[in-house]
Amino acid sequence: MTAEILRFALGYAQIALILALALACWRMLLGPRAQDRVLGLDTMYSIAMLLFLVIGMGNGNVFFFEGALVIAVLGFVTTVIAAKFLMRGEVIE
Amino acid sequence: MRHLEQLPPWAAIIVALFVVVGATLTLLGGVGLVRLKSFYQRLHAPTLGYSYGTLLIVLASMLMFSLTEGRAVVHELMIGVFIMITTPITMLMLGRAALRRDRDRKLGHDEDVPPRHHAVPPDDDPQGDA
Amino acid sequence: MSRLVPHPVLSAVLVLMWLFLTAFTPGHLVLGTLIALGAGWTVEHLHPPRPVFRRWQAIPKLMAIVALDILRSNISVARVLVLGPDHPKYHSGFVQLTLRMRDPNAIAVLAIILTGTPGTAWIEFDQEEGRLLLHVLDLRSDDDWQSLIHDRYEALLLEIFE
Repeated sequence: MTAEILRFALGYAQIALILALALACWRMLLGPRAQDRVLGLDTMYSIAMLLFLVIGMGNGNVFFFEGALVIAVLGFVTTVIAAKFLMRGEVIE
Repeated sequence: MRHLEQLPPWAAIIVALFVVVGATLTLLGGVGLVRLKSFYQRLHAPTLGYSYGTLLIVLASMLMFSLTEGRAVVHELMIGVFIMITTPITMLMLGRAALRRDRDRKLGHDEDVPPRHHAVPPDDDPQGDA
Repeated sequence: MSRLVPHPVLSAVLVLMWLFLTAFTPGHLVLGTLIALGAGWTVEHLHPPRPVFRRWQAIPKLMAIVALDILRSNISVARVLVLGPDHPKYHSGFVQLTLRMRDPNAIAVLAIILTGTPGTAWIEFDQEEGRLLLHVLDLRSDDDWQSLIHDRYEALLLEIFE
């Protein structure tokens, strides 16, 4: 019984997160201006990180956590550099 | 999926609830990202997933692995702390970049933003505030 | 603080983090300690303004208030998103505030709080005049936000930092 509840919850969470990933991707592809695209990409990174955590919970595998951490770090660096580029037109001053 | 059966019922219900609410909040953030009209409104949408979405899923993961492994698994907290530190930085930089671009008439001005307070007009403002 | 360990708290947190991410062995303890000391020296060369805490006791109160506020604004922003952005009850816009705080660390904490809260986004801050530009998703009135931030966060932050 407990396993059924958990399996349902984790399955729902995966579907919801994939849907959210698709919506963020939609905003990234559509986004009228560059800042919208960067915001969509940043959101995609964070949702992918949560998706890794949820998949790791479903598999009982602790190593998905490391993937999630790497995605979080990469997402932060990417967004900061993209925002800096939008602000200045160059990355390294 | 053998490990799922090892959880006691109370923990299974808490983990399921946290995961469902966290994923729903993140999904709502995604919906807002598509539905809201202007960039500054859309800036608020992902914060749902960043704040309590991440917190709830990290807590659920910690609780589940702590119980199935029989020891305190706390390294998920690292993700929580990392997200807590980095989200304000990215959102702040994006907001400021957008404001700067919206004040720059050459890039096309499609959102009304408040002007700068200094006497310098927004068009010939080469540095802005760093 | 000595020359060898310029930032003891930062270094201790880094060692702990290293041990969480790897297994606890003496080798990893030594390696983590070396990396933490190196990070401490690097930060020392960046010369950040050192935070001076006047009252530690107010920090848990501030954290509780912030956690509660973020929960509340999560619910209200979720309601805005479900009802739709065109609902006549909601309108978003920019809010201009004037801050009394001058301590850069206190201002950084306020920026983290306001950005972390769904529904408010910190857009720009003018350091000389202390003028802050916020974007608010569910706007009620300007005075409302000014008094909210003054009484709820700024008073506590002034108590902690200045």
